[in-house]
Amino acid sequence: MGKTLNQKAWFFVLPVFILVAFNAAIPLMTVVNYSFQETFGDNVFFWEGTKWFKQILRSERFHDALGRQFLFTSIILIIQIPLGIAIALSMPKKGPGVSICLVLMSMPLLIPWNVVGAMWNIFALPEIGFLGKAINTLGIKYNFTQQPFAAWFTTILMDVWHWTSLVVLLSYAGLCAIPDAYYQAAKIDGASRWAVLRHIELPKMKKVLTIAILLRFMDSFMIYTEPFVLTGGGPGNATAFLSIDLVKIALGQFDLGPAAAMSLIYFFIVLLICWVFYNLMMKNEGQK
Amino acid sequence: MKKYKWLVPTIYIIFLMLPIYWLLNMSFKTTTEIINTFSLWPREFTLDNYKAIFTDSTWYNGYLNSIYYVVINTVISVSAALPAAYAFSRYNFLGDKHLFFWLLTNRMAPPAIFALPFFQFYSSINLFDTHLAVALSHCLFNIPLAVWILEGFISAVPKELDETAYVDGYSFWRFFFKIFIPTITAGIGIAMFFCFMFSWVELLLAKTLTAVAAKPIAAIMTRTASTSGYELGLLAAAGCLTIIPGVIVIYFVRNYIAKGFALGRV
Repeated sequence: MGKTLNQKAWFFVLPVFILVAFNAAIPLMTVVNYSFQETFGDNVFFWEGTKWFKQILRSERFHDALGRQFLFTSIILIIQIPLGIAIALSMPKKGPGVSICLVLMSMPLLIPWNVVGAMWNIFALPEIGFLGKAINTLGIKYNFTQQPFAAWFTTILMDVWHWTSLVVLLSYAGLCAIPDAYYQAAKIDGASRWAVLRHIELPKMKKVLTIAILLRFMDSFMIYTEPFVLTGGGPGNATAFLSIDLVKIALGQFDLGPAAAMSLIYFFIVLLICWVFYNLMMKNEGQK
Repeated sequence: MKKYKWLVPTIYIIFLMLPIYWLLNMSFKTTTEIINTFSLWPREFTLDNYKAIFTDSTWYNGYLNSIYYVVINTVISVSAALPAAYAFSRYNFLGDKHLFFWLLTNRMAPPAIFALPFFQFYSSINLFDTHLAVALSHCLFNIPLAVWILEGFISAVPKELDETAYVDGYSFWRFFFKIFIPTITAGIGIAMFFCFMFSWVELLLAKTLTAVAAKPIAAIMTRTASTSGYELGLLAAAGCLTIIPGVIVIYFVRNYIAKGFALGRV
């Protein structure tokens, strides 16, 4: 579909541009401003150049938080994407089951994030929570407030609970858009279930899956509220992901300079990875 | 193999429902029962937790605050995004691709980065602790999302629709309101659903930008949990109540939800 060249279209975009610029540009400039300066309060600032950036990039604390963040996001993607596809494949295509599945599956997505954290906290407590009690009854010692491994396990399980549905819904939308003729052709050719998945379903889902990976990457990389409520970053620093660490520095210790520098580095990493994804996605769209 | 296919979604849904059930279960128990006995259903069934919430104005005002700013945000986001999405879908203009990606970058920015500057910025323009402040700050990620979704839906409408209307003598705005908006109602519904959803579940910014007058329900919950010695029953009841608006909204868009999550790009 050809687009018309029309510079007046800028007027249509103007309200969005102003609203977002108002919200993004001004705060972002504040962050940039802080990242090059030192303050002892009272709005007195000293120019520090790139000192904070160097400090953050060399600090072990940042490396650890970044490492934990990448590990967490990779585990999340490795579990949620295949699981989501598998569930979408086995969902009914028509009948009353569809609505029931869709409504029930979207429920976790609409619960406020700190309620998700609180809910899982209660659910996983070793004494009074169903999950905690069940695991302990099986004879495995489990207490996510003390064992780092248990804390990770609980956080990941929580995120799988919270967000897998998004992947399911996206994959399901992709699957529903495949015309029946494709399946009939495959049947005539005597294609196996695996061949249908490999050569018809997955290629057809490519676009929605890219969106799924993009969204899941962004959101799991920015995760803050749920682990904050669930574990508070602990035990120790075991589940202190980037956002949690950042808020600790910025609002807890009020170290504005380092926090701002860290924010920018953090933002830049997300931006870089998303840019690669976005270009991949647009390329797919172009082919179609 | 085919016979047991329903098992997979069923097991998954049971897994999804378990923590929600547990929260519901707790909300009907007294705090003493929660701490002292482990039971799969409430032994001494009580509605006291809910009564406490509905009779205490801090609690139910928190509810109204949340709904208030979510609605303002949804209206602002979708009405601003609609013409923009139309422009992105129909026209080429200077810097359009860059602008589109720049919008998306705001969806990618971790809210934690913006917490402190937002606090200072909104305080300096005297909007701190108002519903408008939260609604505006949520535009940061909701407008890009709404533009993205609407652009997908609008691109699916053939351009001939516009051209026919012009041939029939419609002016642009008459076409836009009389023909175009009714054509993409589903898309608008989905965009509103998503704005509602992300504004409803977001807490970091909402909490940072409010103190008393506009404090969201979810933030009040956190406070209660920490100050008054962990009243688990109350916490659970408040949590259950925050689930309800979401369920109502999902029910209305259930037929479009799958397509909506694909941002109209299936």
